Amino acid sequence: MQESATSLALTLISTADPDLLEIIGLSLRVSLSAVGLSLCAGLVLGATLAIARFPGRQAVNILVNASMSMPPVVVGLLVYLALSRSGPLGWLGLLYTPSAMIIAQTLLITPLIAALSRQVIEDLYLEYADQFTSLQLTTVEKIKALLWDARYSLSTVALAGLGRALSEVGAVIIVGGNIEHLTRVMTTAIALETSKGNLALALALGAILLTLALLINALLSSINVSAKRYAYA
Amino acid sequence: MHKSPDSNIVNLNATETNNGKRRPTPASNKNEKAPANQFDLVELGCTISGKVILQNINISLKPHGISAIMGFNGAGKSMLLKLIHGIATPTNGHVRWNQQVPTREHRLNQAMVFQKPVLLRRSVKANIDFVIKQRKHRDPLNRNALLAMVGLVDKATQAARLLSGGEQQRLALARALACKPSVLFLDEATASLDSASAAIIEDIVERESRAGTKIIMVTHDAAQAARLSDEVIFMHGGTVVEHSNSQSFFTTPSSAPAKAYLEGRLYNPNR
Amino acid sequence: MKQQPITYTLLKRCCIIFIIAFFLANHAAANSDAILVQSTTSTANSGLYKYLLPKFEIETGIKVNVVAVGTGQAIQNAKNCDADVLLVHAKQAEDAFVARGFGVERFDLMYNDFVIVGPKSNPANIESNDTVHLALQRISATTSLFASRGDSSGTHKKELSLWQSVMPDKIISDQSWYRSTGSGMGATINTAIGLGAYTLTDRATWISFNNKQDYVIAVEGDSVLFNQYGLIMVNPEKCPSVNVQHAQVFIDWLLSEDTQQTISEFTVNEQQLFYPNAK
Repeated sequence: MQESATSLALTLISTADPDLLEIIGLSLRVSLSAVGLSLCAGLVLGATLAIARFPGRQAVNILVNASMSMPPVVVGLLVYLALSRSGPLGWLGLLYTPSAMIIAQTLLITPLIAALSRQVIEDLYLEYADQFTSLQLTTVEKIKALLWDARYSLSTVALAGLGRALSEVGAVIIVGGNIEHLTRVMTTAIALETSKGNLALALALGAILLTLALLINALLSSINVSAKRYAYA
Repeated sequence: MHKSPDSNIVNLNATETNNGKRRPTPASNKNEKAPANQFDLVELGCTISGKVILQNINISLKPHGISAIMGFNGAGKSMLLKLIHGIATPTNGHVRWNQQVPTREHRLNQAMVFQKPVLLRRSVKANIDFVIKQRKHRDPLNRNALLAMVGLVDKATQAARLLSGGEQQRLALARALACKPSVLFLDEATASLDSASAAIIEDIVERESRAGTKIIMVTHDAAQAARLSDEVIFMHGGTVVEHSNSQSFFTTPSSAPAKAYLEGRLYNPNR
Repeated sequence: MKQQPITYTLLKRCCIIFIIAFFLANHAAANSDAILVQSTTSTANSGLYKYLLPKFEIETGIKVNVVAVGTGQAIQNAKNCDADVLLVHAKQAEDAFVARGFGVERFDLMYNDFVIVGPKSNPANIESNDTVHLALQRISATTSLFASRGDSSGTHKKELSLWQSVMPDKIISDQSWYRSTGSGMGATINTAIGLGAYTLTDRATWISFNNKQDYVIAVEGDSVLFNQYGLIMVNPEKCPSVNVQHAQVFIDWLLSEDTQQTISEFTVNEQQLFYPNAK
């Protein structure tokens, strides 16, 4: 019989298996970078959509909301076609690199961050709008103030983005190629071990990924809780 | 053709009606040398999704002192205040400030305190600093001086939204004053406060007025309006039905709704 | 003691740090010395590359990155110039690849064979000395479930050609007992085991597969089950990005007598997986 997944997971962790540490490191590097880039773009887009009033705004909102459910495989395919040597950005030589994975995940998560942050900021702006207009804030000043004041809600948005990035396999396996020691991350390793019939190992990796997500969430919320109580009435 | 701003003024009894007994108000020592802030409202109206909120408003406010806007609930007071301040846009007519179309530059000289204080989710001092930073090239007031004025120095580092209602409103007032406004709008700023907090705010408002700041306030508190204001704009059904000097308004209101209001009963035109 | 500027600068700094991190990640990955191999999955999943490549890297200092996908996708990726070397197992498709100018030249590298695996209960009553032809006939006659890769991989192409000879006048994918998974070899075996279906797999994947449960080889040893692996350098005339020098070193190394001997010594569970046959 196969070793149980739990004991395998514990063995992998306790022996600090170098291959495991490598793919955990890459998973974190890729997903955190993607979340970081997505936050830069998504928060600005979300905040702009929340406060700007222009014709077709509702249509853009629907589009952004809908693209939250963009299948990772499709994003991966689009990025593959763009970064392939025969594609328009092939000269960059980015395909099958962590950068390609970061690009794919950034594209995947940005709509999520934009849509969720728009909702959060729109709710906050309902309260602030008159005061901000009274203070004659410029749009940029409004966006900055809203982003800062919504920071705790937005940290949950960032976590949602990180969750999607860390758990996503369809996009990174296409643009990363699941190359050992180069682009293999937790999820592609799980897919690979499943296809090799190493179900216990796949489950063990899954458990480690879940624990990792749990730790990140616990860390952030422990930082947040006290500060949040302080800022919100 | 463009109407002269005061061609259609409702019952404006100017300074010559100061014949009643003077109340112990600061009206007598208004700083008449302060820069004038003359607001002319011309054919002002506002319709929101088919519903008429305001219509046919043609008044000129006194360029100095305290103007109180009064009226029953739903009379359109707050909307009028927003139109004058320029944070809402009229669907009819226009507002002129010193005979000019108000620009952003003019409005940077105005500030408003809302009935429910809108405080940023930050510390007390950060709420003030926010405005100070925004107006840094306009030489804003010193934060600590402002906090001292509203008695919040020892709460400077606390979360603004954890203050009591009275403290929050004082902070909102301090923040409004940080940008040294020449016009201060108050929308029922003391309505939800206990009398002690309301008194602190009234004191500051009076002091500001004496220092030359034009005050335009919406209030439900007739006694407060009588204490503070130089003129009263009484609204009913989305328009101004009476605009008069405070003394004459409170002694001899000319319109039926104003009489009913001051007597503390609902106005029923069919009775 | 202003708080605002600090917070905004922080936000800005965060953005800048992330962008720098992004380019660092990018920089670390840009290793121009490495060559990229588009490969079939069986060679990767069985552990052959893990066994061979470190030896190659020590000998030559050249890093080899392997993307393991189905043969069909590997060929397509190579056509898009996203490879230096192609290592797959579908001779016809490989010849076409070279004939159309995408590849320089095709070399036989090694072979093994396909096997048909199925549940021990043997619902199709396949006998151990059955030919493939007869076994497939039994499967279709008993309408036993059969799981197909359905992904244009080398194995899928082989399987289609086998069915073609068994039932030339029928469309195999229309049969109710024929299940196309559209997945890789391992995933298809997992599915077949879940369904209780027979499936065709290369022996290397089967031997190294770790979730066999009650599955056993039903048919093997028929000469039509021969599985040839080929090696092709992507044509630098079509794809200027090809690292010709290193790719050639890699191909020469694989075809060398020493490496061929090394390949023959690769075993999983004490069974030889690949039989070198470079000429």
